[in-house]
Amino acid sequence: MTTGQRPLSPHLQIYKPEFTSALSIFHRITGTGLALGTLLLVYWFFTLVGTGDAFVKMQIFWASGFGRVILFAWSYALFYHLCNGVRHLFWDVGIGFDVAAARRSATAVVLLSLLMTFGAWAWGLSLLGGS
Amino acid sequence: MSLRTDLAKVRGLGSAKEGSAHWWSQRVTAVALVPLIFWFVASIISLVGAQQAVVQAWVATPWVSVLLILLCIAMFHHLQLGMQVILEDYIHVEWLKIASVMIIKFLAVALLLASIFAILKVAFLG
Ligand code: HEM
Repeated sequence: MTTGQRPLSPHLQIYKPEFTSALSIFHRITGTGLALGTLLLVYWFFTLVGTGDAFVKMQIFWASGFGRVILFAWSYALFYHLCNGVRHLFWDVGIGFDVAAARRSATAVVLLSLLMTFGAWAWGLSLLGGS
Repeated sequence: MSLRTDLAKVRGLGSAKEGSAHWWSQRVTAVALVPLIFWFVASIISLVGAQQAVVQAWVATPWVSVLLILLCIAMFHHLQLGMQVILEDYIHVEWLKIASVMIIKFLAVALLLASIFAILKVAFLG
């Protein structure tokens, strides 16, 4: 058997953390965070039904300082996971799979996801008249 | 020399007996999610601070209801597949692993149905 040729999963206890490995685990963390976030999304859908005050209460919560911190983290997690997910899809068709390219695309993912997050917030805040 | 039978090789389903189906569905849902998420985020931002009635009217627009339901289908399927892999990687007690994967499946189906129900209710009744 040619087991020596097979790729190995990183053995975390003896694995030197790398920029690229940090991005990899962050994809998992953001995926889990986004999965938890769907609970709030489903709740939001239900606040739209009928005419109760749950919708307004939630809107007030998101506008609060704490609410905005959560929304900011949520939006960054989503943009990061989206960008890094697209990076995964390129790998899956065989593009950018060597170490140098993976480092370059890692930088691109970090910068692009930050840019998208700030862009989205700049747009949203401008709609609120800057408050 | 391989100990695998010719039939097993031809089927190509591997030890999990499902071949690459799980992996493939994760990619298909990921591809679907890219445009859906862009659309959804842009819509939510443009609705920032809007009254409930405005958001309801948006959800009730026929193509919006359909896209929202598509988003929920792709998202809950994607997240179920993803969380299953994570649980399988980190939980090493067999019964706990099977139980938690089952719970994620049940939850994903329940939350998907709940979302579709709420969206349709808003679409049809406001
Ligand atoms: C917006 C577009 C999205 C893209 C392009 C995308 C892409 C991907 C890809 C390619 C994977 C597989 C990673 C791997 O094999 O290691 C993945 C995993 C995952 N995704 Fe997404 N995803 C998206 C949105 C979402 C959303 C909205 C959620 C949750 C609500 C989510 C939750 C997860 C989870 C939990 C995993 C498992 C992570 C892991 O196995 O390490 N994803 N995503």
